[in-house]
Amino acid sequence: MQIDELIQKHGKAPEKLLSILLEFQKSNGDNSLSDDNIRAVAGAMELPVSRVCSVVEFYSLLSRKKRGKHIIQMCGDVPCYINGSVNLKEALEKELGIAFGETTDDGLFTLEYTSCLGYCEQSPAMRIDEDMYGRVTPDALPAILEKYRSL
Amino acid sequence: MQNKSLTLEWVSRHYDKIDPLSIDEYINAGGYESLKKALGMSGDAIISEVKASGLRGRGGAAFPTGLKLAGVKKSAGDIKYLICNADEGEPGNFKDRYQMEKDPHSMIEGMIIAAFAVGAAKGYIFIRGEYDRSIDTVKKALQQAREKGLLGENILGSGFSYDMEVLTGGGSYVCGEEFSLIECLEGKAGHSNYKPPFPTEQGLFGKPTLLSNVETFVNILLIMDKGAEEFSKTGTEGSKGTKMISLCGNVNRPGLYEVPYGVTIRDIIFELGGGVPEGRAIKMVQLGGESGPCIPESELDMPLDYKAMNEKGLSFGSGAVIVMDERIDILDILKKIAKFFLHESCGKCTPCRDGNPHVLILLKRFESGSATERDLAALTSLSDTMCLASTCGLGQAATTAIRSVMKYFPETFATVSDQ
Ligand SMILES: Cc1cc2nc3c(=O)[nH]c(=O)nc-3n(C[C@H](O)[C@H](O)[C@H](O)COP(=O)(O)O)c2cc1C
Ligand code: SF4
Ligand code: FES
Repeated sequence: MQIDELIQKHGKAPEKLLSILLEFQKSNGDNSLSDDNIRAVAGAMELPVSRVCSVVEFYSLLSRKKRGKHIIQMCGDVPCYINGSVNLKEALEKELGIAFGETTDDGLFTLEYTSCLGYCEQSPAMRIDEDMYGRVTPDALPAILEKYRSL
Repeated sequence: MQNKSLTLEWVSRHYDKIDPLSIDEYINAGGYESLKKALGMSGDAIISEVKASGLRGRGGAAFPTGLKLAGVKKSAGDIKYLICNADEGEPGNFKDRYQMEKDPHSMIEGMIIAAFAVGAAKGYIFIRGEYDRSIDTVKKALQQAREKGLLGENILGSGFSYDMEVLTGGGSYVCGEEFSLIECLEGKAGHSNYKPPFPTEQGLFGKPTLLSNVETFVNILLIMDKGAEEFSKTGTEGSKGTKMISLCGNVNRPGLYEVPYGVTIRDIIFELGGGVPEGRAIKMVQLGGESGPCIPESELDMPLDYKAMNEKGLSFGSGAVIVMDERIDILDILKKIAKFFLHESCGKCTPCRDGNPHVLILLKRFESGSATERDLAALTSLSDTMCLASTCGLGQAATTAIRSVMKYFPETFATVSDQ
């Protein structure tokens, strides 16, 4: 999606900055915002580049680092931890062959920690793109990932 | 068997009973009748009713809602705003997600009533960015309400005009804190700030703003519906109505439970939650979320009551109950909590920005068994300093768990001699 389309949809009011950045990022194949993207948003919204940069740096759903097509966020907080997120962590690393913070060589998946996802009654929980998964067992993982591989 | 009197269906009365995406089902179940009633009253009369009900905010700080409404009402401003705090980032909590996914209209109706009472012209529902389903459901519900003339110009012919929209967060816990949330809504990085001025005087875009939690708005609707007198018959002396409890951790039936104030933590865990799997013993229970205190099994008979808890220096925040059984290692848990705050600190003030990394270093020393008396003194004074000197609630509460463990489980902090 082009920045002009986003401005047309959301308007230029500064309170729309975060929504615009999130949507812009999503439309980029690499789930990140480049310096050019940041400059384009700043220009279109008539905001200083530094302001847009500070917002991108602050929010954990936004990234300046190139990421994979699908983002896997595993909850690292206490309710999930005491219900076995450690096992899920190991299974994710093994299944994908990468550590947290890394992206698979084929550019398909990036593995990240997240703070609580509000799915604590179904812990351990994870989110892939916009889909939530609760009570994820290591055994269930391959089938879940396969869905995204074949998307 | 579940004890009937332990739970009530007030806030949750429509959950799984009506289709959340059908405004007609909501209206058929009596929905938007309270709004009609409210539009026939004066703003002051509504606020008096809320004050008389004894309602206190459900977002964690438990501030009397009637006073907050009155504060916004009397603040001068050419425009006033309303914000619904649906950021729900405190680990262990999921109640607001249930409300938005299962019954968005009760929240919306409560917000319109509150906006009318204080004279707000525009509202924002700030939903955390990870709650895709909530965002989608609430947006659709708002559109339905608009189509029925319940939002927009001249609502139901009352002369009152008001509309609202959904804005989403970017994945930041501190943005649930009111000042930080306002910064985020204004399209900035969510750094917090000192109070006063409070948002009731200078909030969004510098204008008087009513900022309350999802569950609080639903309660405003319930007060309109039942009347303050009936509402305040439920609960205890100073804690009125019901509370949504997010029960999770090592418990047989984790989930959301609505209970009248006054039930004990033990009843919540054992009667509603079915106790701990495989009959294991409880090591500790954390109340409210990661920013709350950890209590031992011997304190479980404590009732859900602001005053009773306050007397012990405890609080239950927005109602999470996190059960941890005998297998956990307390220092390991404290380290997890410290990492959470380290990650989520906005970095604006020194006690929190520099304090959190030091807390973690000290906890690691205790874990490795090399901590000395001086480390213990340092951790104690650092915890106290962060609590007293941090700018916002994040830094102030970052060491609540540690301080409670020092009190209830002092053996956790064993030291070796200085030599
Ligand atoms: C770090 C931090 C995070 C918070 N997160 C939330 C939240 O997610 N939802 C919420 O309603 N209140 C949250 N609060 C409390 C709000 O600052 C505020 O007190 C509350 O939204 C007011 O609503 P109430 O009067 O209805 O309780 C948070 C506070 C702090 C310090
Ligand atoms: S206490 Fe922490 S989160 Fe709050 S303003 Fe200070 S650094 Fe930011
Ligand atoms: S703690 Fe993992 S989803 Fe809440």
